[in-house]
Amino acid sequence: MTPFSYTKRTFLREVILILVAAVFCIPLYIVLVMSLKTNQQISTTPLSFPLHPQFSNYREAWNGTADLTIYRALINTAIITVGSVVLLVICGSLCAYVLARRVSKLSTGLYLLFVTSIVLPVQLGVVPIYVEMRNTGLAGSYPGMILLYTGLFMPLSVFLYAGFMRTLPATYEEAAQIDGAGLRRTFVRVVFPLLGPVTATVAVLAGVFIWNEFFMSLIFLSGTHKAMITVAIYGFVGEYASQWNYIMAAVVISIIPILAFYVFAQKQLVRGFTGGIRG
Amino acid sequence: MLAFLVVSSIAGAWYAFTRWDGISDPVWIGFGNFREIFSSDTARRALLHTVQLSVVFVVLVNAAGLLLALGLNRAVKSRIVLRAIFFLPVVIIPLATSYIWRFIFDYSGPLNGLFRALGLDSWVTPWVGDPTWALWTIVVVMVWNYTGLTMIIYLAGLQSIPDELVEASVVDGASAWTTFRRITAPLLAPAITINATLSLIIGLRAFDQVMALTGGGPIDASETLATQVYKAAFVDGRFGYGAALAVALTVLVLIVVLVQLVVLRSREARMGA
Repeated sequence: MTPFSYTKRTFLREVILILVAAVFCIPLYIVLVMSLKTNQQISTTPLSFPLHPQFSNYREAWNGTADLTIYRALINTAIITVGSVVLLVICGSLCAYVLARRVSKLSTGLYLLFVTSIVLPVQLGVVPIYVEMRNTGLAGSYPGMILLYTGLFMPLSVFLYAGFMRTLPATYEEAAQIDGAGLRRTFVRVVFPLLGPVTATVAVLAGVFIWNEFFMSLIFLSGTHKAMITVAIYGFVGEYASQWNYIMAAVVISIIPILAFYVFAQKQLVRGFTGGIRG
Repeated sequence: MLAFLVVSSIAGAWYAFTRWDGISDPVWIGFGNFREIFSSDTARRALLHTVQLSVVFVVLVNAAGLLLALGLNRAVKSRIVLRAIFFLPVVIIPLATSYIWRFIFDYSGPLNGLFRALGLDSWVTPWVGDPTWALWTIVVVMVWNYTGLTMIIYLAGLQSIPDELVEASVVDGASAWTTFRRITAPLLAPAITINATLSLIIGLRAFDQVMALTGGGPIDASETLATQVYKAAFVDGRFGYGAALAVALTVLVLIVVLVQLVVLRSREARMGA
């Protein structure tokens, strides 16, 4: 008998784990059934299955608050997230390429600075960034937010790219340069394509982090038409106080895009998280 | 870009020594803001809460993640699906999922409903509105949120352990506990270091869950440093004081993470030897 065969004890373990998973899922069940009930049904029978689903909750939630519809917030979030991720991939890979390939005290020092700033809380820089962005008129605009998030997640991007590049042999680049390719051409044609796996990791991680981000978007975007989904939900809850059916419908709408992404790209996502964090 | 980061951090540190409403010119007041942090009850409690929350969170989220990883490492048939389920909360908006929990903890919500049904009426309490419990409801939600994250990192660590080592230990007649203690745990040391550091940083920065569940209340029973930075600077308009709180938070993060890394690395080295 090998230690890994399926025994009675394994079966017992499986049953226990499935039960734990069921309990773990209760919040997700709750949000789904509540989003389809009237507020009265919620106070009398909160957990029963909704026999007469109230899809009107979703219509109410979709309209959001007077200032901001959820639809608009989703579009805003998509624009800001995609913009930041594209910039993070371009700037991160370029910056890491230089840091990883050029051996000097300066590049080592800069690299260490990047790595340290992964740990620093975003709160540290928020006051001056806010003041500067207000003075330059960048606060509350798409380009401003894209720049902000790019700066915020740049250390992560550089760290991941540089780590990966150090494992890449330089032979391809040398071959390209011997064939007469310039530095720019070498990077675009030879290096960047080789970075595929880590580009996926950066995109997935930064994408999820920015989509879910609340602190910065609350400070820079609350009360504007450019607000992201987290701020929209926060404002919505503020306005609808204890109308849980509408709140839950809004929560469901807000998590559907990420949920869909998770279903389609689950492997990539999990690999991104483990690879990225263990990096 | 880097300059942007460095300059803003240094500027942030400078504002911490000023009194400033964000509009008129900042006034240099030396260590005045820091004195206020250590003399104000709210700030001191926020500091205490941040530490309490982080410590309990780190212990629970690592214990839960490790148990799940051990359970789901192999043999169990539904492991792929179960892993996906436990990882799900890691990727969905923490602010949004926290609102689901706020309903669960609501006075007329399902948790109190369960206690009433079980005849445990004395356990019924408003949870997020109860000064004793408010902070711990945040910990519960955060553990639910991030258990999947520690789990997958432990799983990756477990999968790097060669099967032969575990098999040999079992063949030699070692019990499951001895195998875990002598073989698995030492080889998991790097994963433990990563998870402990990561969860500590997440705990010290706690913001989204606090804002959604309690808003820092009741009164200031669940304020953390992160919520205090936000409120001081962007609600009360005290930018200098907010920046000082941010510096305090940063110093706390750096100290704790450094100490933890040193301790865990030396443990790794000892285990490896």
